Amino acid sequence: MSLERFLNQAVSSWMSAEGPNSDIVLSSRIRLARNFKDYKFPTVFTSEEGQKVIDAVYQSVSGHPFSSIGTLELLVMDDLQPLQKRVLVEKHLISPYLEKNAVLGACILSENEEVSIMVNEEDHIRIQCLFPGLQISEALKVANEIDDHIEKQVDYAYDEQIGYLTSCPTNVGTGMRASVMMHLPGLVLTHQLNRIIPAINQLGLVVRGIYGEGSEALGNIFQISNQITLGKSEEDIVEDLQGVVAQLISEERSAREALAKTSNIQLEDKVFRSYGVLSNCRVIESKEAASCLSDVRLGIDMGFIKNISKNILNELMILTQPGFLQQYAGGPLRPDERDIRRASLIRERLNMEH
Amino acid sequence: MKCQECHEREATLHFTQVNNGEKTVLHLCEKCAQEKGEAFIVNTGGFSINNLLAGLFNLQNNFQPAKQAQAPLYKEDSLRCDECSMTYEQFVKIGRFGCANCYETFKGQLNPIIRRLHSGNWAHNGKIPRRIGGSLHVRKNIENLKQTIQELISREEFEKAAEIRDQIRSLEKQLERSNEGGY
Repeated sequence: MSLERFLNQAVSSWMSAEGPNSDIVLSSRIRLARNFKDYKFPTVFTSEEGQKVIDAVYQSVSGHPFSSIGTLELLVMDDLQPLQKRVLVEKHLISPYLEKNAVLGACILSENEEVSIMVNEEDHIRIQCLFPGLQISEALKVANEIDDHIEKQVDYAYDEQIGYLTSCPTNVGTGMRASVMMHLPGLVLTHQLNRIIPAINQLGLVVRGIYGEGSEALGNIFQISNQITLGKSEEDIVEDLQGVVAQLISEERSAREALAKTSNIQLEDKVFRSYGVLSNCRVIESKEAASCLSDVRLGIDMGFIKNISKNILNELMILTQPGFLQQYAGGPLRPDERDIRRASLIRERLNMEH
Repeated sequence: MKCQECHEREATLHFTQVNNGEKTVLHLCEKCAQEKGEAFIVNTGGFSINNLLAGLFNLQNNFQPAKQAQAPLYKEDSLRCDECSMTYEQFVKIGRFGCANCYETFKGQLNPIIRRLHSGNWAHNGKIPRRIGGSLHVRKNIENLKQTIQELISREEFEKAAEIRDQIRSLEKQLERSNEGGY
């Protein structure tokens, strides 16, 4: 398959489309956890119950009235190849838990891949909306619409005092996790982020790497999300997060301005060296690729590089993950083979720009 | 090490600048570094929680300080959920409940844990499901309106307060009717 065709099939809307503040904010995500009142939670349910949950959720959304979402497709985890599941994780459409541990797990996916409803993950239902740029409120609106629609047919586990009941008590209350993925090379280069992170934590927000809990911050990409789900309304949680993100955006912008003032030529040098590596490498590890991609993206944002599209970072960060490389190659690859594939995919992608 | 400029405060910022191949090293305190101006990338006053709070300023009024709750983590072997037969020990081990009923079963042990997980919060303040939430919506609405009435009275806006009172009455009637109808 040609790279161009592969890309057309592989790239979801949040990776290619531009959203508000998309020079710094890559994507915004809302996830709502919901459970059936009358079935045991996926940790202990019977397979009969698990199947009933899948059927009921799929049936409740299949005739949905929301034109913006498009048709929804049901993907049953047991029917997928390991590589296909891996790719869904790399695109942030399902969780690693659903990929590896879930019994009778499924995912209901929208055409543009902005909506993904995980079924029988830790909770019966996890509605996820993933939008490009800074659009947390927009994502919440769509998630709420889907939630209301499902609730017409499903009796949720809900308690007047503590809200939506979830399998893990860390999600009880709103059952909502709002998160924003940000590219913060300026704050990293000026060594400011290490001072900022503790302050963010104090506000009940968490900073993580690109693939969530415990993952490294590859390519200066950070995920910021709410830790607490009980006591504040959904709108308040979103506004708090938005406030911090706005602050981070302005800090990142001023760090970039300061860098341009104090070390413009060094920065330009760094950017073009990384560009050189990406366009000429024959073998490249994912860590180096991520850091070079971050430099190139910064170079595009700061006007050093003019002829490359902005979404190259979002796109290649995902496409150079192990699962994607193997899918593109059409079969399993050893780590050293992947590094060669990664290099050639990046070179080919950069060539498409000219 | 003392600051090179004021020779008083401790130097906390160390700059290395290379100009035309010549290296200069500066040791400054935050204050002098700020005064030295734009040549240095100095985050004015450091990045503190206050900087972040600035972003939230106009939004928050129900921010609750974390109350330190002591969790009585005593063993309760006999406690077992009727629905999914999970014991409290099992829950502690895997950190996840077996079913919605577990919340009721383990209520006694759970409250302090929930408070600790959610920085002192213990009550849901967000969305209410439309259908099964039924009368809950109306009751929350009444609560809010009662608060509004108190505010209006304290501002001596009695006409408006009377309007709200009528609204509350009709909502309460609605509630009675739905209760008679068996929810």
